[in-house]
Amino acid sequence: MKNKKDNTTLLQIKDLKIEGFSDERWHKIIKGVNLELKRGEVLGLIGESGAGKSTLGLAAMGYTQPGCRITGGQINFDGVDLTKRTDSEKRKYWGNRMTYVAQSAAASFNPAHRLINQTTESTIRAGLKKQNEAFDEARALYDALNLPNPETIGERYPHQVSGGQLQRIMTAMAMSPNPDLIVFDEPTTALDVTTQVEVLAAMRDIVKTYGTAAIYITHDLSVVAQMADRIKVLRYGEEVEEAMTRKMLKSPKEDYTKSLWSVRSIQKPEKKSKDIILEVKNVDAFYGSFHVLKNINIKLPLGRTVALVGESGSGKSTVARVITGLLEPKIGSVKFKNRELPPSLKGRTKDQLQKIQMIYQMADVAMNPKQTVYDIISRPASFFAGLTGANLRKRVIELLEQIDLDESFIDRYPSELSGGQKQRICIARALAANPEVVICDEVTSALDQIVQEGILKLLGRLQKDLNLSYIFITHDIATVKAISDEVVVMNEGEVVEQGLKSEIFSPPHPEYTELLLSSVPEMDPDWLTDLLKARNY
Amino acid sequence: MHPVVKTVLERLGLGLATLFFVSIIIFSAIEMLPGDFGQAILGQAALPETVAAFRQELGLDKPAHIRYFDWALGAIQGDLGTSFSGRNASGADRSAEVVDKIAPRLWNTLFLASMAALIAVPLSLILGILTALYRNSFFDRSVNTATLTTISFPEFFVAYILILFFASLNQIFPSLANVDPDTNLGERIYRTALPAFTLTLVIVAHMMRMTRAAIINLLASPYIQMAKLSGASQTEIILKHALPNAWAPIATVIAFNLAYLVVGVVVVEVVFVYPGVGQLMVDAVRTRDIPVVQGCALIFAVTYILLNLIADIIGIVTNPRLLHPK
Repeated sequence: MKNKKDNTTLLQIKDLKIEGFSDERWHKIIKGVNLELKRGEVLGLIGESGAGKSTLGLAAMGYTQPGCRITGGQINFDGVDLTKRTDSEKRKYWGNRMTYVAQSAAASFNPAHRLINQTTESTIRAGLKKQNEAFDEARALYDALNLPNPETIGERYPHQVSGGQLQRIMTAMAMSPNPDLIVFDEPTTALDVTTQVEVLAAMRDIVKTYGTAAIYITHDLSVVAQMADRIKVLRYGEEVEEAMTRKMLKSPKEDYTKSLWSVRSIQKPEKKSKDIILEVKNVDAFYGSFHVLKNINIKLPLGRTVALVGESGSGKSTVARVITGLLEPKIGSVKFKNRELPPSLKGRTKDQLQKIQMIYQMADVAMNPKQTVYDIISRPASFFAGLTGANLRKRVIELLEQIDLDESFIDRYPSELSGGQKQRICIARALAANPEVVICDEVTSALDQIVQEGILKLLGRLQKDLNLSYIFITHDIATVKAISDEVVVMNEGEVVEQGLKSEIFSPPHPEYTELLLSSVPEMDPDWLTDLLKARNY
Repeated sequence: MHPVVKTVLERLGLGLATLFFVSIIIFSAIEMLPGDFGQAILGQAALPETVAAFRQELGLDKPAHIRYFDWALGAIQGDLGTSFSGRNASGADRSAEVVDKIAPRLWNTLFLASMAALIAVPLSLILGILTALYRNSFFDRSVNTATLTTISFPEFFVAYILILFFASLNQIFPSLANVDPDTNLGERIYRTALPAFTLTLVIVAHMMRMTRAAIINLLASPYIQMAKLSGASQTEIILKHALPNAWAPIATVIAFNLAYLVVGVVVVEVVFVYPGVGQLMVDAVRTRDIPVVQGCALIFAVTYILLNLIADIIGIVTNPRLLHPK
C-alpha cells in the first residue's frame, strides 16, 4: 500500500443538520456543523456525551443510525455528495473507501465468525483482493499491530481473544481495504490504561504509515492530543472551536473548552488518621477454583478515603464483595471497629449491615426503574431507622437536600433523571442507612467529566459533614488524585503497594505501579512518542 | 473430551433421568384412573370370585411397585406388555401385544408428522427470514395477520374449512385419510395431504414469528451496525450475520412444534379418520386398556425428550463460545 497523503481535500461537510426521533418528536442532534479533512490528516472530535460526536462521525460516512435523519447540508466525499446517494450506492464506499472502528470491539464483532473472515470480509466483498491475498495481508496487519501469533490469531473466534487484542484486530479490519478514511469512535474508552497505550501506538503508527485520513472521536483530551493533527470541540451539536492540536492545548479560546481542560485539576490535600474503622486481614478468596484475591490486607482510617486502584480483573470489586459479605473469603477476615464481621451477609446483624453501604458504577441499573425517587430512598430509611409517615418523608427531603437536589424530585422515576442526578440519588440511598463506611465502586466512570467533578465534590463535602470513611474503587488515576488520602494499588488479585497518596505518587515505584502511572495519558502531544521511546518500543 | 461431547452426554443423561420420572408419573396416573378393568369387562353381574380370578390372570393383584418394575424392565427391552382388550367374559383370548398394536399406528403418525414438518419448517423459516428482511412492510403485516388467523382457529375448524374447499367444492383431495399398511407411498401422500395442510396451518405461525423475532432482536446489536458499515447488504446481514446467532431459540420452537405434531394431533386424526397413535390412545383410555395407554404415553414422552434434546444440541453446536472454548 502506498502512502496517500497529499494536500487535497478528501471530505468536506457543509452546514450539516441531523435530527433524531425520540419521545414522539424530532430533536436536533447536529445543528449546522462544517468540517474539512485533507487526505492523510487526523481530526480529533471531542465533547461530552450528547454533543453529537458519534452522530457526526457516522455522518462523515454518509450513515445515520436508525431513527435519525439528515435534514440539511452536504457531505462531500472525494467530490460526491453522500446525502444525495441511496444506501446501495453508499454501500460501495462502506468497507471499501471508508471504514469504521467502534467503541466496544467485544460487541462489534460477530460472535459466530472467525476473526480473519471478519477482518477481510469487506475487502473480499468489494472485490479489492482475492481471499488468499486478503488473508495474507490481514496477517501482515496483525503483525504490524503487535498482535501475538499474527499467523494464527485470525483463526480464533472473538470470545477467544482479549479486549485490547480485539480492538487492534478491529483496526486491522478497518485497514484491510486500504481505505481513504477511517472513523475511530472512542476506540480505547473501554480499555485499561496499560492496554490503551499499546492500542493507541499501534493505531497511530498504521494510520501514519499508510497516510490514511481519520476522524478520531473521544471525550478524553489527553488521548486526542496524541492522535490528532487538528482538534474540533463540539457541544450540543454545534462547533465550539477548532484549531491545530498544539495550539488548542496551549491556548484554548472558548470558556467551554477551558472548562474541559481544567476539570481534572481538583486536588485534595491528604490527611493522616490513626484510628482504623475497617480492616481487611489476610483475605484469600475464590470464584470456584479461580484464586481471585491473594492475601489481601487493607486498612481504612476513620473519616478518610482509601482509593483502590487497578485494571479490570485485578480484584478491586471482589474486595468490595468480601467487605460487604457478598463473597465469603476462604481465609482471613474483615474487622469493623476492631470486631470481626461474620464472613457472610446472612450472618450479619441489621446493625452491621447498616454501617457499610455501597454505591455502584451504573446508577442506571442499580435502581428499580418502576420505583420513584421517594420509594428508592425511603426504603433503607424505613428498614434501618424504622421511620414511617411524615418523619420518613421529612428524612427523604433532608437526604435530597444533602445531595443538592430539592423536594421536586421526590416523585420522579429514574428515567426522568440525568446521569449525574441518578448517581446522586444512589448516594442518597446509601446515606439513608446512616452508614459509617461507604464503598464507591467506579461511581464516576460512566459520567462526563464536568458531571464527575460535581459528584466528586459532593462526596468530599459529605465526608467532611458526616465523617464518612470511603473505599473508592477506580481505574482512573485523576480520580484518585482528586479524592483519596491513601492509595492501594492492586494487580492480579494482589496488593502491589499501599500508602499515603503522596508516597504512592512519588518515585521510586514498584514495577507495576510505574507501568500503571506512566500509562496515564497526559495533555502533552509528545507524551506517547516520549513514552514509547522510554519503553524502547 | 471435547466440552461439547461432555455437554451432550450430560443432556442425554438428564433426558434419561427425565424419562424415568415421567414413566413413574405415567404409571401412577393410570393407577389413579377410577374404575376397574376386570369389572368393566366382565360386567356388573360378574361374581366377585370371577373378577378376582380375572385380575389375578392379568397380574393386577400384584402390588403397584412390582407391576411398575415389571412394566419398566419390559419397556427397556422393547416389550410393552399385552393388551387387555380382545378378552371377554367367555374366556376367549384374542389379545395382542401392545407393541404390535402401536407400531403400525405410530408409523402412520410419524408419516403424517413428517409430511407436515417437511412443509411447515422450511415455510416458516423462509417466511420468518423474509418478514424480518421486509419488517413493517405490507408483506410483513399480511403474513403476520394470515398466520395469526390460522393459529387462532381451532384445528377441527381449519380441517373442515379445508375439506369444504379442497374435497367438497373442488374435489382435489380426499376428505378421508384412510390408509392401511398396503397403501403405496404416492397414494399415502395424496390421502394425507389435507391433514398435513391442516397441521401446517396450525404450527406455522409459532415457528415463523419466533424466527422473525429472533432475527430482529439481533438487528440492534453493534455487530450488525458494523456489518452495515462494512458495506453488507440487507440480505447478507440477515443470512450471514443475524441468522447464525439466532439458531438456538428457533430450534427450540421447532422442536416444540414437531413434538406437538406427534403427540397432539388427535383432533385432526378424528376429523380425517386417520389411524394414528392419538386415536389409539383415546380408544384405549375409553376401554381401560391400561398397557396400551401406558405404551402410548411413554412413546409421547420419549418424543418430547428426544426432540428437546436435539434442540439443545443445535443450540450448543451453533454457539461458538461452547464449540470453541477459550
